[in-house]
Amino acid sequence: MSPRALKALEPAATDPAFIRNFCIIAHIDHGKSTLADRMLSITGVVDDRSMRAQYLDRMDIERERGITIKSQAVRMPWQLGADTFALNMIDTPGHVDFTYEVSRSLAACEGAILLVDAAQGIEAQTLANLYLALENDLTIIPVLNKIDLPAAEPEKYAKELASLIGGHPDDVLKVSGKTGVGVSELLDRVTQLIPPPVGDPTAAARAMIFDSVYDSYRGVVTYVRMIDGKLNAREKIQMMSTRAVHDILEIGVSSPEPVATKGLGVGEVGYLITGVKDVRQSKVGDTITTAAKPATQALAGYTEPKPMVFSGLYPIDGSDYPLLREALDKLKLSDAALVYEPETSVALGFGFRCGFLGLLHLEIVTERLDREFGLDLITTAPSVIYEVTTDDKKTITVTNPSEFPGGKIASVAEPMVKSAILAPKDYVGVIMELCQGRRGTLLGMDYLGEDRVEIRYRMPLGEIVFDFFDQLKSRTAGYASLDYEPDGEATADLVKVDILLQGEQVDAFSAIVHRDKAYAYGVLMTGRLRELIPRQQFEVPIQAAIGARIIARESIRAMRKDVLAKCYGGDITRKRKLLEKQKEGKKRMKMVGRVEVPQEAFIAALSGDVEKKDKK
Amino acid sequence: MPSALPIADPAPLDGLLPDSVRQGAETRAFGVYLHVPFCRVRCGYCDFNTYTADELRGAKRSDYAGQAIAEIALARRVLERAQLAPRPASTVFFGGGTPTMLPVTDLADMLGAVRDAWGLVPGAEVTTEANPDSVDAGYLRSLREAGFTRVSFGMQSAVPRVLATLERTHDPARIPLVVAWAREAGLEVSLDLIYGTPGESIDDWRASLDQAIAQEPDHVSAYALIVEEGTKLARQIARGEVAAPGDDLQADMYELADAVLGEAGFGWYEVSNWARDGAADHRSRHNLAYWQGHDWWGVGPGAHSHVGGVRWWNVKHPAAYAARILAGESPAFGRETLDDETRRVERVLLATRIREGLPIEALTTQGRTSVAGLIADELVDARAALHGTIELTLRGRLLADAVVRRLLAE
Repeated sequence: MSPRALKALEPAATDPAFIRNFCIIAHIDHGKSTLADRMLSITGVVDDRSMRAQYLDRMDIERERGITIKSQAVRMPWQLGADTFALNMIDTPGHVDFTYEVSRSLAACEGAILLVDAAQGIEAQTLANLYLALENDLTIIPVLNKIDLPAAEPEKYAKELASLIGGHPDDVLKVSGKTGVGVSELLDRVTQLIPPPVGDPTAAARAMIFDSVYDSYRGVVTYVRMIDGKLNAREKIQMMSTRAVHDILEIGVSSPEPVATKGLGVGEVGYLITGVKDVRQSKVGDTITTAAKPATQALAGYTEPKPMVFSGLYPIDGSDYPLLREALDKLKLSDAALVYEPETSVALGFGFRCGFLGLLHLEIVTERLDREFGLDLITTAPSVIYEVTTDDKKTITVTNPSEFPGGKIASVAEPMVKSAILAPKDYVGVIMELCQGRRGTLLGMDYLGEDRVEIRYRMPLGEIVFDFFDQLKSRTAGYASLDYEPDGEATADLVKVDILLQGEQVDAFSAIVHRDKAYAYGVLMTGRLRELIPRQQFEVPIQAAIGARIIARESIRAMRKDVLAKCYGGDITRKRKLLEKQKEGKKRMKMVGRVEVPQEAFIAALSGDVEKKDKK
Repeated sequence: MPSALPIADPAPLDGLLPDSVRQGAETRAFGVYLHVPFCRVRCGYCDFNTYTADELRGAKRSDYAGQAIAEIALARRVLERAQLAPRPASTVFFGGGTPTMLPVTDLADMLGAVRDAWGLVPGAEVTTEANPDSVDAGYLRSLREAGFTRVSFGMQSAVPRVLATLERTHDPARIPLVVAWAREAGLEVSLDLIYGTPGESIDDWRASLDQAIAQEPDHVSAYALIVEEGTKLARQIARGEVAAPGDDLQADMYELADAVLGEAGFGWYEVSNWARDGAADHRSRHNLAYWQGHDWWGVGPGAHSHVGGVRWWNVKHPAAYAARILAGESPAFGRETLDDETRRVERVLLATRIREGLPIEALTTQGRTSVAGLIADELVDARAALHGTIELTLRGRLLADAVVRRLLAE
């Protein structure tokens, strides 16, 4: 085992030959954070006492879900033989919504640890990220984690990995982030196998932004990889996409707490702070150069984040609308991909139409709004971007079913994706059935090792955002994993289905669906609402309609009785508190015409999470 | 397990009341509630403040009347200190628990203390609750001699199976006996019924109503069984051992009760209470006083009081109560002083539930806009509304909470 390095190399003055930049590619739950923590303690940058479990995952949500949203970079010293090295571990988000961020993190590295759970094997997203890594010419170090688990099958999955990336099963390292077994050997191998960064130290400075994080105390912290040249403290820098010039207030490295340095030299990884307050001014993928001696050519690969999934966010309590606006304005500072604009719904009042990279991004944003800002929200069914062409040849872009034109429609185009699903071979049948039912076209199927299959489909994104992942998981006992990427547009026979409560349209439940599925959607939603909406003081008909044509109907019987409680020996206070509680409960109701709909009913109907309402 | 007390301000140890309680006192009757927190066994559905012998933690039933009498003396001092003009009690009500678990002499002494403190108005209503199996003819005669005018029997049901589910121990055959004894003693009789017990059919309920009416009582209370948190019944339902009472069935049962009682000559005067029609007024004036916002002093552990916009409640456990009384302190635990808005809300909440109803002028402008919709939904009687009063229809009585919410809508 290699000892901890006695003296770390000085940032800004490190010979690139002794730098190793790498990341860890892994699926959620495959133990990336635990392994990263173990590396921090083995290399001594975090002492064991102050070791916080899963140090790199800062946000609460990440910690709870065990996923990493924001990547960071940590510099760790490592001794191999007579030489001391600086290892930069760049943390990458692991989810399909953040493919672009992943690609930028990968572009900051020369190598990647491919980390796979020894009890589960590789998953679709990991495979997707592996492709990205290979496209970026990264050196791959295959590693099986969690070998301490009783269910681990390291031999089987070592074969699978070897067959995927070439090489021998024996080359696959077997470690346990939890117990620390094999982690020092892994660090040795990173040092031996991953090539040092190559750049021109004398050229005009070019640094690639691979992450940009908003910190309420320090403003935006920008994480960069120096490709060419050098950046110095107190220098003026320029963003190449916008030509905006900023002063460097602080430059440094994370180990893992930020440590200010004189600068960053070629091949190094670190952070800089310029005092900007909005991550949009420091965009992932952009190139930073110096104002004094600007580079002429930006680094390749920069793109603007593009929202793929849209949803309306509405406060349960209408008076929270200004708070929601403030909260979104704040979140935007740390989330360059979040876009939103005001929107009004008949059923839900004032809210915002928000664009997200994908469903997870949507979930993260709504959870942060709840947790960090205490906002109770209703989220409408996610929608994608439709291009509707009317008979008079006008094209309308629809991100919200309510914008779907009512007149004659010539065609509707919807976004398509190429999806890859990985699962044990026993589930091929159910997966194909699901994808076919979601208007998928089979592109191909490959065996991965002996018993696992990759199935590729071209599908409408709109089918994926509506409950697809949950269905996939439940039909495959959780074994299947999914990855997808945009794949153009296609026209389809799409219609808007409206849901009416007592004759009033509930715009939040309108959906754009394929004509063949309109009836099924109508039956599904009216049935859900019948279960979810409590009985009112009158009968409530629920209908689904395409235009004026009713395609499905249900009804909720009138409520006949509420609590006829005894007055407990004159305990009027108790009675009044009960009334106050009921009134408080009513505040959380949305009125659709005369019908009181609890927020839970909206959420549950929109998410498909239908439990029978309390019949009491 | 007894239910929890409300949360509010702590009550002062001297129990003194603010001067504000004097305001309008001449328009309010004064009553006394005496809580007797003892039962031989606890019934599975009950969350009242009552205790079996095992649960008393050293408090003694035999000491109780003396403690209650000490609180009556304290009450008298407090009301005097607040310079309230002395008002004789219009109503006295002994509730529980099981008041008749105490020797009749204890009840007589407690009533005597009320009489000594404030006097009784001529024709005062003096009631005690009683378990059919805890009284006999002699006991009832002694009650009448002590000045009681009325007894309310916890009949609950005439069906043995339903009584068993409720864990009531009395034999239904005893009801005619105790009612006859009470009549002979010269007491008015009320019967308490419960409907919607798990396993009770509509026919069971009809049988209970018929049995109750056959006793020719003066008054009937019928309460829907509410499954209260923390009771044995709630746990049985949670474990799936018995089915929770269904709302539709309970609604059917209420409608049946109103029809059957109406046919037998009983009229509703409060959502869950019916009185025999006729020349004499058989409504429970004590019960009405709660809904009408009158003043009453609640004596005993966990008892609630209201005097001139101040509500308070005593410590719950008999041992804690005894300790306060022994130390010469007020047994009050928490209190709240109602502001004008809360009083207005309470008035709507309470008056809507009685047949006399709520004068529409007591509503805010916003509340008045709800009335037309309530008439349209057949929850409020149109004729009464046109005459300026909110009076619930049969359907409205079943949905009284919803009506109140709509009348209080902001």
